[in-house]
Amino acid sequence: MATSPPSAAPTAAIDIRALTKRFGGVAAVDDLSFSVATGEVFGLVGPNGAGKTTTIQMLLGLTTPTSGAIRVLGMGMPERRFAILQRVNFSSAYISLPSNLTVRQNLRVFAGLYGVRRPHSRIDELLALFEIEGSAEKVTGALSSGQLTRVNLCKAFLNDPEVLFLDEPTASLDPDIADKVRSALQKRQREKGLTIVYTSHNMREVEALCDRVLFLSHGRAVAQGTPAEVIAHARRSSLEDVFIDIARGRDSGVESHDGVEEAP
Amino acid sequence: MISRIGALLLRYLYLYRRSAARMMAVLFWPVMDLLVWGFLTSYLERFAAPPAVTFLLGAVIFWDVFYSAQQAITLSITEDIWAKNILNVFVAPVRTWELLVATSLIGVIRATVSAGALAVLARVFYGFPLFSVGLPLIPFYFSLLLFGWAMGMFTMALVLRFGSAAEALIWGIPFLIQPLSAVFYPVSVLPAWLQTIARALPSTWVFEGMREALATGRVGVRTLLFAVLLNGIYLAAGAAFFGWMLGRVREKGYLARLGMD
Repeated sequence: MATSPPSAAPTAAIDIRALTKRFGGVAAVDDLSFSVATGEVFGLVGPNGAGKTTTIQMLLGLTTPTSGAIRVLGMGMPERRFAILQRVNFSSAYISLPSNLTVRQNLRVFAGLYGVRRPHSRIDELLALFEIEGSAEKVTGALSSGQLTRVNLCKAFLNDPEVLFLDEPTASLDPDIADKVRSALQKRQREKGLTIVYTSHNMREVEALCDRVLFLSHGRAVAQGTPAEVIAHARRSSLEDVFIDIARGRDSGVESHDGVEEAP
Repeated sequence: MISRIGALLLRYLYLYRRSAARMMAVLFWPVMDLLVWGFLTSYLERFAAPPAVTFLLGAVIFWDVFYSAQQAITLSITEDIWAKNILNVFVAPVRTWELLVATSLIGVIRATVSAGALAVLARVFYGFPLFSVGLPLIPFYFSLLLFGWAMGMFTMALVLRFGSAAEALIWGIPFLIQPLSAVFYPVSVLPAWLQTIARALPSTWVFEGMREALATGRVGVRTLLFAVLLNGIYLAAGAAFFGWMLGRVREKGYLARLGMD
């Protein structure tokens, strides 16, 4: 059942219409439309090369769309890039912070970039939230991957963002640290009513964290809904099974079952 | 705005403070350069007219002003690419001009520290009276800073577009410009066709003017005007090229690739 994209709710934190990005003749993102409500945790999932990262890059103004419209917090991207970037933040397992600066120095620099008032107390508060107070004076390059991930998340929370883009934030973490990170994220998200766009290849994590998910394949949306809806309509037992079906090009039914709010 | 420029400055200053390699680039290599040229000039003094010898030391110090300004701008961005921090900077609410101002200010600081140290050492070791020439040289100092910024913006744009493949240009571009800028000799010694190219560079007018100022204690107004005019053109072109290239980099998705590869 292919349906038209729903019109954006008045409280939509993110609204994307007919977004397309072509690199040469290849469409990395192809006519994508979706909305994310304020306070929602939205999973953007799919196999490698599906278009998740390109979509997030366009949402952050790092990559210019070929066509289509992006609105974040009611403002057009990239026209209002500066205003949007003041109210959002980003963290990825694949980027880092200068390794020869201490954790506190790195966070102080970004506090300045985001115009954070009383940066010292803010930094201390975030270090405590992610349980890495003891690493504040350590050189960032000496941190373990788990500590570095949490420092990256501290950076991402510095400006108290309304929308947070998290690109595989728990990749390469051991289960214990990953669980702590998820708990801290959930705590913060509930306290602040934060909107999160979350990408991950860990489908159990996506099921646990996300209110809704959007599956991408070859740049196109193939299914979206709550995790339970997507699983039920694909007649599978978990999101991981749905993921494998999509990655292997099997017809799991995710594109044609009633009840699942599909992207066009 | 001040907070963001201040934060970027803080980031670059931390970098210098905590990196032996960067500190060596500011002081060690320029001092080594000065010592080599200083002893050479001491030797040449036995044969050459003293003003020619003075020009060489002045050229070493002034060349370092241009080199430091260009390097500071380009390396500030390149360090963020090496540290995989570039995306953090570009997803922060930083305007392009704020980034350019911050990197340019780092260029001023680095060039001033480096040239100041060289001037003191040149005085101590070789009796070279740069400070006694004083005011006439200041316009040329600023002129070289401006040209360093312009070339820094060109180089930075190429690094953003071509990534590590363009990193050799960070160090290569100054040495491409050096022989054309008549740094250590008058422009008149170049072949006629090369003189035309040389006169299109503000640095050529600066070094011609510096030699005149060292010899006479006066600034050649015509020389300075040409340097200022050309700097205006190069700065505008550098900024426009950087802005255009950043747009292309965003369009092609290179920025994200640069930050994550």
